[in-house]
Amino acid sequence: MSLVSPLSRVLGLGSAKEGAEHWWAQRLTAVALIPLGLWFAFAIAGLPDLSYGSVVTFIRVPMNGILLVLTLVTLSYHSQLGVQVIVEDYVHGASVKVVTIVVLSFAHVAVAVAGIFAVMKVAFGAGV
Amino acid sequence: MDRVERPLSPHLQVYRPQITSVLSILHRATGAVLSLGVLILTYWLISIASGEAAYADVRALLGGGFFRLLYVGWCFCFFYHLANGIRHLVWDVGIGLERGQYQLSGWLVVGFALLASAIYSLAVIL
Repeated sequence: MSLVSPLSRVLGLGSAKEGAEHWWAQRLTAVALIPLGLWFAFAIAGLPDLSYGSVVTFIRVPMNGILLVLTLVTLSYHSQLGVQVIVEDYVHGASVKVVTIVVLSFAHVAVAVAGIFAVMKVAFGAGV
Repeated sequence: MDRVERPLSPHLQVYRPQITSVLSILHRATGAVLSLGVLILTYWLISIASGEAAYADVRALLGGGFFRLLYVGWCFCFFYHLANGIRHLVWDVGIGLERGQYQLSGWLVVGFALLASAIYSLAVIL
């Protein structure tokens, strides 16, 4: 048995010296998503039939394309941060936890890139 | 050093559900559901980029009755997570942390989420 007190053990290992960035990023993306999320909800409501022509016309408007890309970037980042915390809290076992977080990180980047690519392809495409 | 197997906190199941704890876990749950919604959103965007024929197929699928029911659920998750997220941001600047205040704001969030999602569902989704 070690003579090191529980306090010393904790102080020796210390914290991971990180966490504030995660906390801040989650708040900043949350603040950004308030107007972006409301804009998206109203934008979809303004496209009642969601026909191909109306959707493409909507995305071709520069401000809409820009706001869509901003929404996708912010949403993916915010989702990644939130899902990571859920995994950290509920998935037990260090290796499973790390692998799950890595897979989810890759998935978030892939989904974000796919969505942004799709918006840009439509926005920059010729004809309808 | 041998680790003593002490009980781990929090033991959620021994607590009586309260407005604070229920809304807290609901914030997580709705966030997780909304994360899944990003997949549908991206699928929809890719179908638009894949051309008119591809979009017609996906539109028929995503516009079906089953998905419309899902959108009603996502709609509630969106308005709840939005309102409760703002509640959290207000707490972060140190406001609304008194007992009566966080209970009142919690019920306001629930009321707003139900009302807003009902209106949006009836006006846009259904």
